[in-house]
Amino acid sequence: MKRRHFVWLLLVLAALCSAVAQPPTQLRFCLRSEPKTFNPLLVEEDSSDTVRYLTGGVLVRLNRDNQKLEPGLATAWKVSKDGRSITFLLRRGVKFSDGTPFSAEDVAYTVQEMMDPNLHSSVGDTFRSGEGKTETRIVSPTKIAITFPAPVAGLDRLFDQVAIMSSNSPKKEMAVLGPYYVAENKAGSYLMLQRNPNYWKHDASGRPLPFIDSVRLDIQQNRDLELLRLERGEIDLVNSIDAEYYEKLVADKPALAYDAGPSLDSEHMWFNQVPAAPIGDYKKAWFQSTNFRRAVSESINRADLARIVFRGHAQPAVGIVSPANQFWFNSKLQPHPFDQKSALQRLQQGGFRMQDGVLHDGAGHVVEFSIITNAGNKYRERMATMIQQDLAGVGIKVNVVTLDFPSLIERITRTFNYEACLLGLVNTELDPASVMNVWLSSAENHQWNPSEKTPATAWEAEIDHLMRAQASTLDDHKRKQYFDRVQEIAWEQEPFIYLVTKNALSAVSTSVANAHPVVLRPQVFWNIDELKLAPEVADKR
Amino acid sequence: MKVARIGAITLLLLVALASVIAGCLAPSGYARQFRDIPDAPPSRQHWLGTDDLGRDRFARVLYGTRVSLLLAPAAALLASFLAALIGGIAGLAGGRLQTIVMAGTDLFLSLPWLFLLITVRAVMPLNVSPLTSVVITFAMLGSLGWAAAARVICADARSLHNSDFLLLARASGISGWRLVSRHLVPNLMPVIYAQFWLSVPVFILTEANLGILGLGVSEPLPSWGSLLRELESYSSISSNPWQFVPLLLLLAVVSCFHLIVVDRELPA
Repeated sequence: MKRRHFVWLLLVLAALCSAVAQPPTQLRFCLRSEPKTFNPLLVEEDSSDTVRYLTGGVLVRLNRDNQKLEPGLATAWKVSKDGRSITFLLRRGVKFSDGTPFSAEDVAYTVQEMMDPNLHSSVGDTFRSGEGKTETRIVSPTKIAITFPAPVAGLDRLFDQVAIMSSNSPKKEMAVLGPYYVAENKAGSYLMLQRNPNYWKHDASGRPLPFIDSVRLDIQQNRDLELLRLERGEIDLVNSIDAEYYEKLVADKPALAYDAGPSLDSEHMWFNQVPAAPIGDYKKAWFQSTNFRRAVSESINRADLARIVFRGHAQPAVGIVSPANQFWFNSKLQPHPFDQKSALQRLQQGGFRMQDGVLHDGAGHVVEFSIITNAGNKYRERMATMIQQDLAGVGIKVNVVTLDFPSLIERITRTFNYEACLLGLVNTELDPASVMNVWLSSAENHQWNPSEKTPATAWEAEIDHLMRAQASTLDDHKRKQYFDRVQEIAWEQEPFIYLVTKNALSAVSTSVANAHPVVLRPQVFWNIDELKLAPEVADKR
Repeated sequence: MKVARIGAITLLLLVALASVIAGCLAPSGYARQFRDIPDAPPSRQHWLGTDDLGRDRFARVLYGTRVSLLLAPAAALLASFLAALIGGIAGLAGGRLQTIVMAGTDLFLSLPWLFLLITVRAVMPLNVSPLTSVVITFAMLGSLGWAAAARVICADARSLHNSDFLLLARASGISGWRLVSRHLVPNLMPVIYAQFWLSVPVFILTEANLGILGLGVSEPLPSWGSLLRELESYSSISSNPWQFVPLLLLLAVVSCFHLIVVDRELPA
């Protein structure tokens, strides 16, 4: 009997030893550039945003899969009826990565820092809806009320971007509440994140999260190399890849490629409608004509753009909102059809006439314009070239001009010396409040005619009214009604001719378990807490 | 070397001829998009396959050759003329004028060409046809690319100015235009000629660089630069080796130009 007990004991010890000796797991992927800041309030570019997502603890977290808000450091929250205040009930017993306890004081400190105009925080800018001071009232160590000077549309969702900082940790912004903390930063080479031992989250069985012990972020600009490293197993994921690389991956290693469907990003073109623009008056008249814009839109074969330029990994665009935005998308709208007969009819209604295959306006001017786009972006250059051929089908001559980015920005924002422009929109926010700076006629990013003193057209005035109405209402369903109408007007008037909505493409190694890429950023590691690595990968590293 | 030179000239003539009769060799044209067959492999209809928009690559190579091969020598001619004028005057005048002109030339040489071209391209009018834009691009190359050649020509003109035969000519009462046209220019011609041939591949490569940056010839007109952009992506060229054809053609043509120049410079 004694001998049998001894054998059992040995077996148990061996099992324990093997468990203890399990090598640490490390997830590896690349950043396209070095993070410019570790201060979560000053984040403005992708790399810093990635670090913020992996290290920052937030009061509420937007679930990237179902697009609903979930509790984070706050277990409950309530927005006041006037939309100016929000009260958070905070999680108890939470500590920062350096062991400093977390309380309402830290939330108050973070909000005050964020709203400090001297800091110029872009995160803070999203909360700024009126003049005045933001007030924080600490009700108890686990309860805080924040009051903004004016109503903020979608107030609770905005806190998904606010990583809470410690008010009294000597490590300042390096003390974090997220799943990882920055352990090593080798400038220009890599960034090492270690698992936060004080992270508050646990899985259903009570095991502390995250499962992966560390994350190594290599700085790698070259996309070809990034893909090669993924195929060789040196990195585990590529968060966002373009259509050409995706197709290559599908050919080489299809199990690694993920197409999550339409993303929030779109490509669009617009005509210059600025009254003071240094272009011919007759051209301004074309560009200001709804018939002309609609005719151009109907002459463009969006399905071909999606199929050829994006290798089928894009969809003909509908309008302002991508179908990926589940709540705010107006599902009654469809992409404009490719119908050159209808386009010609519209042009005839607008006084244009075809003569020897060339379109002329009522005054006899040949219809010809240039489309500018940024040099080096081959997808946009290809789209412009295809549009050139499509519009030749209705007798319109298009000159494609590629410009370096600073020159292009100079033309579309300062000199207005251009006729049409093709660019893209990268959307990260779901809420219509995030597009106020585009759709209000007084906005600087109202690109077809920026900073109008008064709305130039009746439909722009209506959009202004609707956008303000949705921003000052708290009832999401009422807001959606207003915003649905904005989408309809934009669809009818087409100040922006939306071309395609790109799909969210990514690549994940088969050794990463629980990966479920989605359309919202960060597509692959949005559920970093739950990702696991196969043991053989950990052994190899 | 003579055989190599004859071979180089023959190849250049063949390439130039093919580009001139591109319309007969590739009737589908360079701009037509066969949208049902983008990125197609070589076939009887499309000898080098189609590009990413379904355009016939063979036609684009031929028309691109026409653009690059005909306009690069034109730009080289302009640059050589400017170089001969500026360098020749400075060399013959000597003294303070030579110092000032050569200082200006050095300043011109120190300018970052590529950025200068990008800037000039950015301020150009937008509504120009692709053909006009390509002519403007090469005209810019020609008018900016004279400085290096001017230095060489200036040095040669200076040594000619101090030569015995010119002293003798002046002593014989020859001066002014007659001295320049009968004695100076004929003796400067070999160096101007060499500078011309050296400039041609330089301009071809510069246009190719601009094309790679997306700032060269406007779509849909092809040039070697725009055709070389297909090689930007490692992922696509590994499966489509025929995309290397414009690169091979560029290498062949540039090598031919160099062979011609080297052979001329070698002593008989």
